[in-house]
Amino acid sequence: MKKLVVVGNGMAGVACVEHILKHKPDFDITIFGDETHVNYNRIMLSLVLAGEKSADEIVLNDIDWYRSHSIRARLGVKVARIDRAARLVIDEEGEAAPYDRLILATGSSAFIPPIPGVDKKNVHVFRTLDDTRHLTAKARKGLKVAVIGGGLLGLEAARGLQVRGCDVTVVHLGSSLMDKQLDATGGEYLKRRLEDLGIRVMLPKQTAALTGNGKVEGLRFASGDQIDAELVVIATGIRPNAELARDAGLHVNRGIVVNDFLETSDPAIFAVGECTEHRGQTFGLVAPLFDQARVLAAKITEQPGPAFAAPAPAAKLKIMGVDIYSAGVIDESEPETEVVRYEDPGLGAYKKLLLRNNRLIGMILVGDIEDEHIYMDWMRSAADLSGMRRQLLFPPRGVDTGLSIAEMPDSETICGCNGVRKGDIIQAIHRHGVTTLHQLKERTRASTSCGTCAGTCEKLLRAVAPDFQEETATTLCSCVPFSYERLREIVRGQKLKSVEEVLAVYGNRKGCEVCKPALSYMLDMLWCGEHDEDRSARFINDRVHANIQKDGTFSVVPRMRGGVTTPDELRRIADVAEKYNVPMVKVTGSQRLDLLGVKKSDLPAVWRDLGMASGQAYTKGVRMVKTCVGSEFCRFGTQDSTSAGIELERRLENLFTPHKFKMGVVGCPRNCAEATVKDLGLIGQDGSWQVVVGGAAGKSVRKADLLITVETTEQALEAGELFFQYYRENGNYLERSYDFVERLGIEKIRKETVYAPDEVKRGLLERLARSKALSHDAWLEGAQPFTPTQFVQIQPMQTIEEPQLV
Amino acid sequence: MKGRWIKITEAENIPLREGRPVKLGEVEIAIFNLNGRFLTIENACPHKGGPLCDGIVTGSAVVCPLHGRHFDLETGMPVRASEPACLTVFPTRVENGIVMVNIEAGHRAMDSAAA
Repeated sequence: MKKLVVVGNGMAGVACVEHILKHKPDFDITIFGDETHVNYNRIMLSLVLAGEKSADEIVLNDIDWYRSHSIRARLGVKVARIDRAARLVIDEEGEAAPYDRLILATGSSAFIPPIPGVDKKNVHVFRTLDDTRHLTAKARKGLKVAVIGGGLLGLEAARGLQVRGCDVTVVHLGSSLMDKQLDATGGEYLKRRLEDLGIRVMLPKQTAALTGNGKVEGLRFASGDQIDAELVVIATGIRPNAELARDAGLHVNRGIVVNDFLETSDPAIFAVGECTEHRGQTFGLVAPLFDQARVLAAKITEQPGPAFAAPAPAAKLKIMGVDIYSAGVIDESEPETEVVRYEDPGLGAYKKLLLRNNRLIGMILVGDIEDEHIYMDWMRSAADLSGMRRQLLFPPRGVDTGLSIAEMPDSETICGCNGVRKGDIIQAIHRHGVTTLHQLKERTRASTSCGTCAGTCEKLLRAVAPDFQEETATTLCSCVPFSYERLREIVRGQKLKSVEEVLAVYGNRKGCEVCKPALSYMLDMLWCGEHDEDRSARFINDRVHANIQKDGTFSVVPRMRGGVTTPDELRRIADVAEKYNVPMVKVTGSQRLDLLGVKKSDLPAVWRDLGMASGQAYTKGVRMVKTCVGSEFCRFGTQDSTSAGIELERRLENLFTPHKFKMGVVGCPRNCAEATVKDLGLIGQDGSWQVVVGGAAGKSVRKADLLITVETTEQALEAGELFFQYYRENGNYLERSYDFVERLGIEKIRKETVYAPDEVKRGLLERLARSKALSHDAWLEGAQPFTPTQFVQIQPMQTIEEPQLV
Repeated sequence: MKGRWIKITEAENIPLREGRPVKLGEVEIAIFNLNGRFLTIENACPHKGGPLCDGIVTGSAVVCPLHGRHFDLETGMPVRASEPACLTVFPTRVENGIVMVNIEAGHRAMDSAAA
């Protein structure tokens, strides 16, 4: 068996080995890696830094992969030299590994410019998982960070550290950001966007020295000024790791020189990846390296294969909230190049398309990259766009103007990053029953790197998979582009206590009517009421504790626990209705009384005269418990439903929930108070209670699922509380309990509430108790308003009829 | 600027990122506090008359609490171009802690664009 040694355990080297195994798995393979980790997806490091992904999630080949292919993985081992005459690779320990074929996949390292002070403590680069770990370990709220270098990597590092709460400044030598991928205008749009997100950008700025005694304390610039910095990240470019090859006497310029088949100047030695130099070009983006890996695998296994030709570069910035895409030729000064341009500073959007002979040869997209797939289709297929000239900037969506899915040959590469072809995807769908993009990613790795091909993958799935399921986006909203789950982690982890703080660091600093109330809820829930309340982030109903009506007046529904009232309460309600000329008094569907048409300025007086608590009929929170008469009066009643219902309402009232939360308690299975179509229902039977959840009788009708059957009323109430708090913590804002139960499944909910280990249950109940202790009847604000003009109509100091000159 | 500046109220009476309605003769205006910058528009949403003062502020726009129409507070223009109607905006300034509005200098962006 021939011996293959690979020096380098990164993406290019391992991708090449994967292809070799596909062709001809009878090599005896040894892989040396100087990092101690298995092969991971280096281009996802920015997401690990930002806390978007864990280190485990970016692993590409786990240790079982090496084992199952009988690959000797020498991890954490540096190779000292190559003995070409004896065909040996000798590691730092002096151990020799013989080879018949040697692949150098040594990658690249961060280029550290010769600036005085770069050797100080807390000066880092951002290239490896270990670098990422060092940075995350040091990142903390308010830490002053300077990132030297405003390229792709520098900006990803900057945003990653900033979402961890650091105070970040990007220092860039050039006059505009990402100058390899963007023109000056694009760079300016990017700069503005980053500044909106709270990242400071200084350019053009030459760093003269890193200052500080031992530890870095700041940067001094050539212009004489300086800034403070407790942590510095250097991201000023990369350099091929070619020393090993150079020492071995191979032909090396900037990188290891390879021909179109990745052969070096020694016929037994090949090179692949960022360490190579091909026709004078070195590489820093992943897609061409995968092409190289394929070409080399064919070469080394002596299969017929294509020659390597560097594809047009394409780069996407992977920063939450910043959309940048650049591909192909971006230099408009090239001959016969036409430029079509669009910009809107209000939207922060900039598009520049470069054409030659009516064909798209390059693009820059900033702020609006939705049409990227269409443009890439056009570019790859060199489509003739003469008939599209009027629609270039806003191409019609959904129309396949380039290669349609059906016309695409099976050999066409869909995912350039991971080398997944159309045929591979179709096979995954047919052989493995893949129906979602998520499954496709797991099975084929398509769209797991830069994500650019996600649209094409979806199109393929839609066309080929019989049961294609579109994945519903769970991001809160475009202002804060994170999933609910992730946001809850962020808020908890970063100890964010106000809506403004969340929007400033993780959002667009504006927020909207969708995300502000959602964040308000999330903060209240997560901090059990100990958050910084921001009334401006609440819907008007939750600022004045009443339900706004079509004419701007409000409706007032006092709490009437369990639907039980007294003659005295009824008398007061009647008096209030008369005194304030309430246009309508209505019995609600929830066994309560609604006073409709009350002016905002009358609300405090109305509440005072009612002498009752808020029924919360205006909010995403606990509404009421509807009860039947129960065993106290009803001749069929088996349980005291009114008492149980009143107690349930007392325990949960004044709390907020992801959506409104209605309950019902009935004393027998006749179900007179419709407990089976409530968010939470207790159904009395002889000697027991059924606790049901997720019922609905609104826009949709759904019979509630049985959570548990218990013997005592106290047990029933506790089961209800467990579900209630679980829904509060895991429900997405505006998700009714019936959608929540369907999304999670009742089995999972049972396991995590009533059947959960005692400490989990105790946790839920304790957090509920903490929230409850800090909650209060909102109508108390009638007497003690939150702001002086919460209900009061402002009277102008001057009138329009008799203005005084000022 | 033409028109008279009318003293309305102490600036602190309008909380951060909220609006408050004020009646001046026949006109009802809504004054907003955008981090210390005060902006004034007519209070009634051109769609169904919703009280814009009660809306959530997003950036420099307000969202009508009734049906979610967005209006820019600086220009009075609807944020979505498909909306035909726009609002009158009134010059506003703060002097010695008092919010002042020039009701007679109110203007509509679309009218001036048409003219």
